[in-house]
Amino acid sequence: MPLPLRGLSGHRLRWSFLGDTPAGTQVPLSNIPNEGNGTIEYAGKLLPIFILAPFAGSLIVIFFPSDQRGATAWFAGAIALVCFLVTAGLYPFVASGGVLRYQLDWIPELGLDFTLRMDGFAWLFSALITAIGVLVVLYARYYMAAEDPVPRFFALFLAFMASMLGVVLSGNLILLAVFWELTSIVSFLLIGYWHHNAHARDGARIALTMTGMGGLCMLVGLLIMGRIVGSYDLDVVLASGDAIRNHPLYLTVLILLLLGALTKSAQFPFHFWLPHAMAAPTPVSAYLHSATMVKAGVFLLARLWPVMAGTEAWFWIVGLAGLTTLLLGAYFAIFQQDLKGLLAYSTISHLGLITVLLSLGSPLAAVAAVFHIVNHATFKASLFMAAGIIDHETGTRDMRRLSGLFHYMPITATLAMVASAAMAGVPLLNGFLSKEMFFAEAIETHLVNALDTMTPYVATVASMFAVTYSLRFIHSVFYGPAPNDLPKKPHEPPRWMRAPVDFLVLACLVVGIIPAQTIGPFLHTAVVSILGERTPQYSLAVWHGWNIPLIMSFVALSGGVGLYFLMRSYLASSVEGPPVFRLLQGQRIFERVLVTLSWKWARSLEQHLGTRRLQPQMCFVVLLALVAGAAPLVLGGFKLPPLLIRGVDPAFALLWVIGIACAVGSAYQAKFHRLASLVLLGGAGLVTCITFVWLSAPDLAVTQLLVEIVTTVLILLGLRWLPKRIKQREDAEDLSFRIRLRRLRDFILAILAGGGMMLIAYTVMTRPLPETIASYFLERAYTEGGGTNVVNVILVDFRGFDTLGEIAVLCIVALTVFALLLRFRPQADSLETPEQQRVQNAFDDDHPDRAAGDSVADYLFVPSVIMRWMFPITGLLAGYLFLRGHDLPGGGFAAGIAMSIGFILQYMSGGTRWVEERLRIHPLRWMSIGLLVAVATGAGSWLFGYPFLTSHAQYVTLPIVGRFPLASAILFDLGVFSLVLGATVLMLIAIAHQSVRAPRAQMRAARAEKEGVR
Amino acid sequence: MELILSAGIGALTASGVYLLLRPRTYQVIIGLSLLSYAVNLFIFGMGRLRVNAPPVLEPAGAGDLASYTDPVPQALVLTAIVIGFAMTALFLVVLLASRGFTGTDHVDGREQRHD
Repeated sequence: MPLPLRGLSGHRLRWSFLGDTPAGTQVPLSNIPNEGNGTIEYAGKLLPIFILAPFAGSLIVIFFPSDQRGATAWFAGAIALVCFLVTAGLYPFVASGGVLRYQLDWIPELGLDFTLRMDGFAWLFSALITAIGVLVVLYARYYMAAEDPVPRFFALFLAFMASMLGVVLSGNLILLAVFWELTSIVSFLLIGYWHHNAHARDGARIALTMTGMGGLCMLVGLLIMGRIVGSYDLDVVLASGDAIRNHPLYLTVLILLLLGALTKSAQFPFHFWLPHAMAAPTPVSAYLHSATMVKAGVFLLARLWPVMAGTEAWFWIVGLAGLTTLLLGAYFAIFQQDLKGLLAYSTISHLGLITVLLSLGSPLAAVAAVFHIVNHATFKASLFMAAGIIDHETGTRDMRRLSGLFHYMPITATLAMVASAAMAGVPLLNGFLSKEMFFAEAIETHLVNALDTMTPYVATVASMFAVTYSLRFIHSVFYGPAPNDLPKKPHEPPRWMRAPVDFLVLACLVVGIIPAQTIGPFLHTAVVSILGERTPQYSLAVWHGWNIPLIMSFVALSGGVGLYFLMRSYLASSVEGPPVFRLLQGQRIFERVLVTLSWKWARSLEQHLGTRRLQPQMCFVVLLALVAGAAPLVLGGFKLPPLLIRGVDPAFALLWVIGIACAVGSAYQAKFHRLASLVLLGGAGLVTCITFVWLSAPDLAVTQLLVEIVTTVLILLGLRWLPKRIKQREDAEDLSFRIRLRRLRDFILAILAGGGMMLIAYTVMTRPLPETIASYFLERAYTEGGGTNVVNVILVDFRGFDTLGEIAVLCIVALTVFALLLRFRPQADSLETPEQQRVQNAFDDDHPDRAAGDSVADYLFVPSVIMRWMFPITGLLAGYLFLRGHDLPGGGFAAGIAMSIGFILQYMSGGTRWVEERLRIHPLRWMSIGLLVAVATGAGSWLFGYPFLTSHAQYVTLPIVGRFPLASAILFDLGVFSLVLGATVLMLIAIAHQSVRAPRAQMRAARAEKEGVR
Repeated sequence: MELILSAGIGALTASGVYLLLRPRTYQVIIGLSLLSYAVNLFIFGMGRLRVNAPPVLEPAGAGDLASYTDPVPQALVLTAIVIGFAMTALFLVVLLASRGFTGTDHVDGREQRHD
């Protein structure tokens, strides 16, 4: 039942409405946070360490000097180690089936909480992530070359670790998606670490596109899932399996989630990104592409296994993807010539195996899946590291060039052999155990269909291929004749570079020989946390007697060995990639799809539907607006309101006759008489302003008047740079039919738009006002906002956040104007002195008693003296407007603009140079101070434990000024004032300066010309 | 009152829209300004027209909608005026820069053949 998530604020509420979900979704006791047990609650508080420590470490590490490789590695390693130790310390809490939780409200109204949650399964994953993390850091310390920027590597590495831990520890579906995307992004950066290498860039891009798109699909799936369940809380979701499986949207959710999981785990047909990701440094591959990132997909499948699995759709889709991947991955791996390529395809194949296990829907198979996740992580990480050592010590990873390395690096060779034996599934190693469990499950019948029947055969064949490629890895690299053309002379790696491999291989052996005593309890905890009461009886013994799985293993082992020796000579010289399939490259298809989608289709769409001309676009926009405005009226059965002539004041009517005349005149004159048009525009603005006064909106009138002045000055300053356009006599023949038609069309559109607006405005205004939120503000403006001017209280208090955004916009606009004008080069014909000044100068030249420039200097002499003396008065007015703002019309906006008018009047009267010799205005400082004050006022309320921008009001009495309201909002308003002042002055000055810069540019140009002539 | 104001809004809109569709940048900037007057008045009108209604509360306490003007459209329009100003300024500068770079004041940055 889809329940609306809005309006659910408290945690308690969410639990209570769970009762509305379909029957049978009782929350298991183990999943409810244990309120009585204080220690478990206390332990839960440690969970944020897993996220905070690596992220903080990442931020710190980036500032390490790049030559401090040792210190950087030590620091990163210490962070990883701390995380591992905390994980280890938390084991007792989860061992008994407990769930650690940490919860922080995020957006509770939307059901979003920052919930971290650790149960047995999450613990197992955290242990893997942190333990292998420590080992990889140690390894990377020796692997990374001196010229690599190591701090960046470790910073990204730690960030990745935090994101991955976030994925496994998320207790909220949306939080999970956030961390999931973070892993995609950080892995993009890690794969592209050597960004000078084109392969690395391509690999990173492909990986990000695939996993990013998958993640997006998954997010949609999770959102739908949250809707179905009624909560995004993982515990609630895990308890609502039946509701999800029986919901009509189940299949949609399933497909979307699988798109996320299968792309992340590189399952067919999305597998191709993983081999390309091998361009990453080997420690990255060892970490991301064996133990963590690619495991996120199967982690999600296992995590949601209790709620999603068991249906036919799940079985078919997951099973088919898994089986295909298992077989194709193993087959492709045989034909790789690059060591890491082989391991990449092998990883794809093993992930396919895990996917198949999860697809079966049987609890025993789920146990095997979890077991194999751990086993694969151990042997594959060690193999990647071994491959990296070989690459590091010989300079190549090409198996056609490598041979006979056993003599040069016997210990590494032995370790690699044990690890690849585990990969092949040789008895007494961990890979063997989980593979046997897989075989045992494969031969079981789960659902009667072709896929189920096929599974054991496919499993055996894939396992045979696994033996072949594992053997190939060992045999072609370590045996055979001594290598002859290697870039470096091979030798054993440094002691501590090999240590992680030692440890992991030892783990493979120990787990392989005494599984029940080593991995057993941890595995059991993990399995119980997924399966709960459905946990089956299983045995981790090495020897189960002579049974079919053992025979299958035997067939696979002998078949694989045989196959290898048959293909050996072909492989030794063949090109990269399997026959036939090599031609069908996933990457090519991917590139082609991308090109088609983002280039070809986009181009043709642009060609057919787009235009670079603005007028058709504007015409379309106006038409669209007309249709959008008319459609609801027509469809909704709009009736014309009765014509109602009431309260007509002749003065008001006359006012608007003038207003309309101004508007139409302004439109008519805009082409040839710009100044006239501007004056008429100002007339329309004044009429608007008077209308505001008339209709009881003094605040608007004040602001409108001031803005009107500034806008006019601004446009006046701009007029100087526009081309001259002299009206030619427009004879009937001069105007082509096309132009007439277009003007007629525009005219009709304009009349329609104007008529429509008039109609709607009239209709709405003649209807009674319904109950609005206005009453809320009217009631609380004084009692809670502490001001009697409701409009101002709304702006600086109730909706202060909007105002903060608005002044930020103003700030950005001013900076953009400033930046644009810095690069402004006026057109040549605008460069010369304006005509008026030329006339004035000519007058000076004609009269011997006048020096050149006298007329220009004396121009508007009386007004300019007045303007100069008006400056303090303008300042006083601005201060007055500012102080009365909270109670009477005025406020920061009006005051800021008034003050800026004061400044610009100085510029107008004295000229730019005169002002700047006497007055230094720092608009940028005003702006930054304003923004800082506004934000600081908002943040100040945090100190008192209130939300951002909470205001406090009180009256103060100052000598002379008298009693005035001093709400903390007035500080905010002060920020607004300062910013508006700075922004307006910056814009005006920037435009005004052009006329100073232009003559300079002219002089430069003239000088350059002169030098050119010389 | 309503009829006069809505006629004014209509005339401002019509002039503004006509200018929006013109080829010269200056025409467009004047058109946008006219259009923003129209829209501001329209939004303001949504709070209904009140002559001689007090916009400022008595310092006694709560006010109600019957005896005071509607403050919400006023607050909205106040914001709109300032943003409109910012937009005009930005557009003006883009206009000037475009004229400097392309040498024409046509909205497309180049003259059309039929103009």
